[in-house]
Amino acid sequence: MQGMMINRAKELLRDGTVNRVLGWQAGEFVYDITPAVFETEEELDEGFVYNGFCGNNLSKYLVKETLKEGKILVFLKPCDTYSFNQLLTEHRIDREKVYVVGIPCEGKTSGEMLKSKGISGITGISEDGDNFIVDTVYGQTTIAKADALEERCKTCKSKKHVAYDELIGEDGEVLDSHRFDMVAKLEAMTPDERFAFWRGQLSKCIRCNACRNVCPACTCEQCVFDNPKSGIAQKAAADSFEENMFHIIRAFHVAGRCTDCGECSRVCPQNIPLHLLNRKFIKDIDELYGDYQAGAEVGTRAPLTNYTQDDVEPSIVYHREGK
Amino acid sequence: MPNEVKAFKPKIVAFCCNWCSYAGADLAGTNRLTYPADVKIIRVPCSCRVNPMFILRAFQRGADGVILCGCHPGDCHYTTGNYYARRRMTLLFSMLDFLGIEKERTRVEWVSAAEGAKFAATMNDFVATVTALGENKRLEDLRCKE
Repeated sequence: MQGMMINRAKELLRDGTVNRVLGWQAGEFVYDITPAVFETEEELDEGFVYNGFCGNNLSKYLVKETLKEGKILVFLKPCDTYSFNQLLTEHRIDREKVYVVGIPCEGKTSGEMLKSKGISGITGISEDGDNFIVDTVYGQTTIAKADALEERCKTCKSKKHVAYDELIGEDGEVLDSHRFDMVAKLEAMTPDERFAFWRGQLSKCIRCNACRNVCPACTCEQCVFDNPKSGIAQKAAADSFEENMFHIIRAFHVAGRCTDCGECSRVCPQNIPLHLLNRKFIKDIDELYGDYQAGAEVGTRAPLTNYTQDDVEPSIVYHREGK
Repeated sequence: MPNEVKAFKPKIVAFCCNWCSYAGADLAGTNRLTYPADVKIIRVPCSCRVNPMFILRAFQRGADGVILCGCHPGDCHYTTGNYYARRRMTLLFSMLDFLGIEKERTRVEWVSAAEGAKFAATMNDFVATVTALGENKRLEDLRCKE
């Protein structure tokens, strides 16, 4: 796959369709993947990688990249194409300046995930059907994807590309994922249990703002969290309020626009399941205002910028069953 | 009397839209209807003006309950403001509930300019509910405590 992608990128660079390529390169370690822009064929040969660690959603980088001269080639996995569409809907990306190559994705893992399964000294990774084959300094090991996939990939919502100029490989289908199972489980708890659960999670927050920085829906030039007067610009060590408020507001600001790509949870250095907050909003919107998948189509109106005259009243929250 | 336990008096913040609910509160006053003095009214141009952050900020600054009052759906002075507010608040309240914060502390009520009695009754009921819940502990900011 990586070879095919590099060859196609070289062709497009050579015939002048694009003048640079947005892809992934390895960092200090093979599992420290970072997004990178490649401008020449030599750079592609040296640095470009695509493997089981390339979870980064590249859509958000296009906001800045399409402000520059010339057309850029970008490789998008199925879930990234939803974010891409959502950014197009919000007029954040200049579509004319992007050449999208859709690439298949069979789920991603991370260095941390493999280490937690006892695999260390990782030097390489490849895929074989339902398994990852991991090269380590101690030799080769095989681990089943069911064990090693990231949380968001275990509940993958779609293998279908919703936006592309060309595809490498076959297009997939929208999947019947069980992504709301954990949200439903939390909803079934008592308020005290939920409070304890979220205090346990959110108190780990170090307010690094990585979840905001990586989120493809968070593209405001000026962010409320950077305002020192917002009341939530810092992290108060002994206080629960800022954590609660930060995470409610962060999730609220992307409610109805979140495509559920799961980047927030992937980048969280404290492993807080942040996507659950976003999924709660998605689940509520689906239940109360009809099914809506942000980014499935360009130009749809987000549920919170829309209304009907007979929407439910907010008091529905008090009466919902099982709570 | 040093041993006397001070009865809990909740702090309630009521966001009232300028066109209906604020006038409704006014009517409750001119009609000499009583509602607890713990309700602090903040006038907003429209219920839609209320950013979810306002509600959380009220809790941060020590409110024990927050109520949002606006025109009845369909009667908005700006035609559609309260429809948007309705969706926002539904999702916000649902999220607060999801985080385990008592859902009874937040409420939305539609009060027209002619409904002074409803305003007073709503506030009496809301204050009673919040008094029963006690002090807001789950969404407090210790730095803002007196």
